[in-house]
Order: sequence, then C-alpha cells, then structure tokens
Amino acid sequence: MSLEDPTSPEADPEPVGVTEDGLDYDALEDLLGDLAIGRESHINAEAFVVRPGDVEEALVTLRDEAGFDHCSCLTAQEYEDRFESIYHLRKYDEPTQEVGVVVPAARENPVSQSANGAFRTADWHEREAYDLVGVEYEDHPDLRRILLPETWQGHPLRQDYDQEQPQVVPLREHANPLKDDHRGIDNSDTMFLNIGPHHPATHGVLHLKAVLDGEVVADVDPDIGYLHRCEEQLCQQGNYRHQIMPYPDRWDYISAGILNEWCYARAAEDLADLEVPEYAQVLRTMSAEMCRIAAHMLAAGTFALDVYGDFTAIFMYAMQDREKMMNLLEDLTGQRLMFNYLRLGGVAWDLPEPREEFFEKTRDLLDDLPERLEEYHNLITSNEIFQMRCIDTGVLEPEAAKSYGATGPVARGSGIDYDLRRDDPYGYYPELDWDVITEDGCDNYARVLVRLQEVEESAKIIKQCVDLLEDWPEEERTIQSNVPRTLKPEPDTEIYRTVEAAKGELGIYIRSDGTSKPARFKIRSPCFSNLQTLPEMSEGEYIPDLIASLGSLDIVLGEVDR
Amino acid sequence: MGEGVDSRFNSKLREAFGSTPFILTKFDKFMNWVRGSSMFMLQFGIACCSIEMMHTYAVKHDLDRFGAGVPRASPRQADVIIVPGTIVSKFTPRMKRVYDQMPEPKFVVGMGSCTISGGPFQEGYNVIKGAEEAIPVDIHVPGCPPRPEALVYGVAKLQERIANGESAPVTVKPYELEQFGDLDRDELVQHLADRIDEDDLVMRYNWADSP
Repeated sequence: MSLEDPTSPEADPEPVGVTEDGLDYDALEDLLGDLAIGRESHINAEAFVVRPGDVEEALVTLRDEAGFDHCSCLTAQEYEDRFESIYHLRKYDEPTQEVGVVVPAARENPVSQSANGAFRTADWHEREAYDLVGVEYEDHPDLRRILLPETWQGHPLRQDYDQEQPQVVPLREHANPLKDDHRGIDNSDTMFLNIGPHHPATHGVLHLKAVLDGEVVADVDPDIGYLHRCEEQLCQQGNYRHQIMPYPDRWDYISAGILNEWCYARAAEDLADLEVPEYAQVLRTMSAEMCRIAAHMLAAGTFALDVYGDFTAIFMYAMQDREKMMNLLEDLTGQRLMFNYLRLGGVAWDLPEPREEFFEKTRDLLDDLPERLEEYHNLITSNEIFQMRCIDTGVLEPEAAKSYGATGPVARGSGIDYDLRRDDPYGYYPELDWDVITEDGCDNYARVLVRLQEVEESAKIIKQCVDLLEDWPEEERTIQSNVPRTLKPEPDTEIYRTVEAAKGELGIYIRSDGTSKPARFKIRSPCFSNLQTLPEMSEGEYIPDLIASLGSLDIVLGEVDR
Repeated sequence: MGEGVDSRFNSKLREAFGSTPFILTKFDKFMNWVRGSSMFMLQFGIACCSIEMMHTYAVKHDLDRFGAGVPRASPRQADVIIVPGTIVSKFTPRMKRVYDQMPEPKFVVGMGSCTISGGPFQEGYNVIKGAEEAIPVDIHVPGCPPRPEALVYGVAKLQERIANGESAPVTVKPYELEQFGDLDRDELVQHLADRIDEDDLVMRYNWADSP
C-alpha cells in the first residue's frame, strides 16, 4: 500500500487546486494532464472523464497531489451506449471540496481498471458494482458477487434484466461447518467457523466467515447480502415527489429514519432547486437529532449486550430511554419507527398541538438526560471489566480508516475530525452552538465514548431548537415551500449529496433523465464502508474482541445491504 | 344441585384431599395450556421489525408478562420463531434451516407486511413474497412495522390457538395447489417431505408464479 505517512515530506501542505474560494478545477485538469479526456459538470462538483485503463493512476494523482483522500462512493450505471463508473472523491479535511472521476466502459464488454490500489474501500464498492450492474474491474483482488447469491443469473440493475426468470440458491457451501475442520495452506491447525447469518452478536443477518487459529482470528471475511432489499431499484421506480421518501426510513431502521430522509430530501431539493423554509429546517434539525439520540442509545445498549452478554440492566435502560424518545417522535410524526416526516421542500406537518405540552415533554427528557448518561458511564465506560475488554482492542488507525472510507463515530473514534453537519453545513446546524466529538483512542472504547458524548451534543442541539421553536412568530411558521405536484428535474443532471447520518456519511447519487423518476439512484451507505474495516481491526485479535469490534462498529444490515 | 355435580364436588377425591385445593383436567388440555403459557422465543432479528421486537421484549411492553418473553439464541431451545422482517433470496435457505432445527411442536409468528407479502419491497428482484413461501406461518401480524402492542396481541392469539390445540398448518403455495389440491393432509405432508433433498437444500425461486 502506498499510504502516505502524515509526517513524511510527501504530505504536501499545499494541495493542488485549492484557492481561497474553493476548488480550481482547471488546475486539477492540468494536474491530470493527458489522463483527463473530458470534463462533466455535476451539480455537486466537476467530474473528469478518464480512460478505463488509467483509473488507478488518476485516483492516486488526485489523492497524493490534490489531497482527495476520501473515496466516498462508486456509482456504476448503464447508458444506452456505454457503462459508466463514477468515483466520488472528497477530502476528509474539507468535504465541500469534491471531484468526480468518470470512467466510461464499452457497452459489449464493460471492463475498467480497479481503483483498489488507490483506495482500499474500492474493493467492496467495485464488487457491488459488478454484482448489480455488471461492470468488471481489472486487477481487482477478489471480484465476485457481494449482495446477491453466488449462483445468481444476470445483473439486476441492467436495462435488459428479466426479473421474472427463475433463480436457484443452494445451501451447499457452509452446509455443516463442524463436519471437518478447515486446514490452512501450510497444514496449520486452523478451524473454519461460520458466525451468522443467524447469530445474536451479528446485529442482524450478517455472516462472518472466520478462520481461527486457536482463539485468535486468522482471517475474517464478512459475507453480506442477507438483507439486500433492492432499495435502489425501488427508488428508481418511484417518483421524486412522494414515492421515494418512505424508503430511506428503512435503510437505517434503528430509529434513524429522519436522518436518512434528510439525505434524500437534500439531494432531491438541490437537484430540483427547491427552497426549504427556515422553520422547517429547525423542525428537521430537532427531529433528526432526536433520531440520533435514539440510534446511539441502541448502539450503546446492544454493545453492552455483546460485551456483557446478558439482557440485563444496561440494555433495558437503553431501551427505556429509546422508548421515551420514540414517544416524542411519535407525537411529532405519528409513527414510532418509520417516520416519513420529511417532504421535499419542508416537513409533513407542524408540531403537535398543544405545542406547550410537546415542549414540556421534550424539556423534561433533556433535563433527565445528564443523569441518565452518568448512569451509562457508571455502568459501561467506567466499569473495569468493560475497560479491559475494550481499551486497545479493535484498533483502527486513522490512515487505515481513511483508506476504507470510514465515517461517523467510527472515524471520530480514530481521531478523524470529520462531521458533515459542521464541515458541509446543511439544515440549521451552522446557527447552533455544539461541538464535534473526537477521541484519539482508535479502539472499541473510543467509539463507545464518542457515541455517548454525541448524545450530549445532540441534546444541546435539541434544546436550542426547542427554544427557537417556542419563540417562533405564529405567522411565520411555514412548514413547506411551494413544490410542483410532479417534479421533473432537467434531463442529464447528476448530483451526489451526503448528510451526517447516525452511522456516518450517508450519500445519494441521483441522475435524472427528465422524467418524474430517477434514472439512477445510488445509495452510499456509511455502514457498508465501516464494515469493511472489520478485518483490519480483528485479524490477529481474539475472537471475543472480534465480537466487540463488530458491536462497536454499530452496523445496521438494512443499510449495509440496502 | 343435580346428582352429578354432587358426586363431582363431594367425591372420594374431595374426601381424600380434605380442604386442599386440586384441579381435574385432561392431560392433553393441560399440556396445551403449558405450551402456550411458557413459550421460548427464538432471538431472531432480520430487519426493521426486529427493532420493534426488541422493544416488545424489553421494558414497558415486556412480553415476558404473558409467559412468552425469554429470547433463546439457539433454535434448538426455542418453541416460537418470530420472523421479523423482509426475507430475501439469499436468506431464505438459512431461515428454513433455522426453522428445521427447532424442535417440535414449533410455531411461527410472521411479523410485519414483509412476511405477509413482501410489503413495501414486494417488487424487488430479490425479495421473497412472504414468509409462507418458505415456512408455514401460524399468525400474521400486519404493520410496517407493527407496534409492540400488535405483536403482543399476535402472541396472545397464538397462545390462544395453542391452548385450543391447534397447530401450524401445512402450507401449500398457490402455484402448487393444482399439483396437490386433491390430496389429503397426511398425503400432502408426505409428498412435501419426499421433495426435500436432504443432502443439498436448494431453494428454487419461481418469481413469475409467486403471488
């Protein structure tokens, strides 16, 4: 790996293309020189067209010379005459500076070079692109299906895919893992162990193919796709105005619904150039932070469940606090879990009447929260046994985290100061007073600490929002701007927008073709990238630490598989 | 009071037991009551509904109050499997295997729209249109996701059915009706059992014909 050491002289303090008022794309084009054979304009950033054979070189140049160290997403899609892979790059230090790298590939034989040499996160992203769209990546270390079963016929996001054709899925492999032990190449005494897909510690239907050497994990390969619900296809079938919004609730279903809805709302609003009234932004900010608290509570509760291994006090306390938060959200949105509260151009409805009662309930909850959090710290983080389990286990160095595209509490637990609410501001966050939490521990413990402290920050945000809402003049309470009944964005506009969801950077790429439905809808899931770091964290560690690392990553399979 | 009642309440048993309370019942009925009143659930999370399922197990809703709330991690210790979420092609054989590993008698609660029809994901290329495509389901709880109260009601209904001695039906998929429609129940079970390849569990998805 050619990962640069931050202290070495190669780490250029002045990346190419940075000017005082943002990015100078002409300088970037000069930097790429002959590598760039064209230029496209997306709403979020400019994109350079690169030949299928030059992918790695172009990405390495942009990474090392221009400082684009975060490969956020890879979108593969099919056009009438070609296939296309778009690498969405940005910077951890300055996420508003984005650039796209567009790689066209031939219609008959779509092959392009793998970006695995530049960003390790490209590994899974390219496997997904191969699985769903059928673009092949040369020099990819392990190009096989990732979401669909190995035996699947066809690539479902292609235009000629026949959804009615029969499929056969065997259970031959992993039939009986205990029958004969797996032997390593040099005949060392290792054992193959399936963890999942039905296992209480995998937080859903994740399957880990682990090879153990004694109690030490020699190799672990996460096998995902047990909850691949075709979210991208379903979003491509729905119209912008109403039919897509219910689906984001179901990506990250741990009460983080409004955070996900916001991602779609932000992308679609920027695509169709819609305004959002300020009052609605405050409502969005408040409800999104309520969701974040509920999501982090579940993360803390289930992590304690993984480490202590019992349905006891901590889990129940966390559920109790979630229950209170869900009651508030139910008052606001009418639903306990799948809120469907945001609309393009605003929110669905105003605060429940009587408003005073809602404010009082919210304030009561926020007043109790410090005491509750202290209890969590007593029960979890200051417990000596817990500390022994979590400090210095599951270590994820910042450089590795960046290369894997880790975001959210996982990145912030590794000391990466990256939070899109502050760095790529949206909603009402820039007007409010709150802090981004980072911890330098890089271990399981740091990630839990980050989450618990983020709950405090979210509470601060909610409190300020409640104050604002309480004093908001009655005649200015506009909850939705004027949005056309049918949205038809300009044909061939492309946008990639991200928000800070509960687990990290949630992104959506939309390409419109002038109709009321998106031509391509791609979801960048934070958990998908975060889960990729699991082998990095747990190989060479004990198997109980693998379970703890998995818990501290706080993945949601609905979002990993989509 | 009639003679029969007299002999029942002032019987030899009453003379023998004196004032000590006792109950007379049929053994079958007793067993069904026991089965319904101490159900061990499988700790089985799939998708969104499993979050509401966790809330049902935890404080406030506390399914344990109804004698049905101890989640077991191993299917070999469980009586009831709540299927909480969307089932996709890759997961179906695994879920079938988990179901097969549960000891008889076993019961299935399908939680949420996805286990009824595929729910909001029904049109997906990879989504199984309901849990009944793979395993028989006793109780369907609709909702997306159902509230914990709804799941508690579903479990209570299941307990009622068990107490009445009703067990899981054998399901025939709609496109199999033509094939098996004229068979008795026992013959049908035999036919279905014969079709299982024990060495190699294979799921064949017939997307065109599934409902």
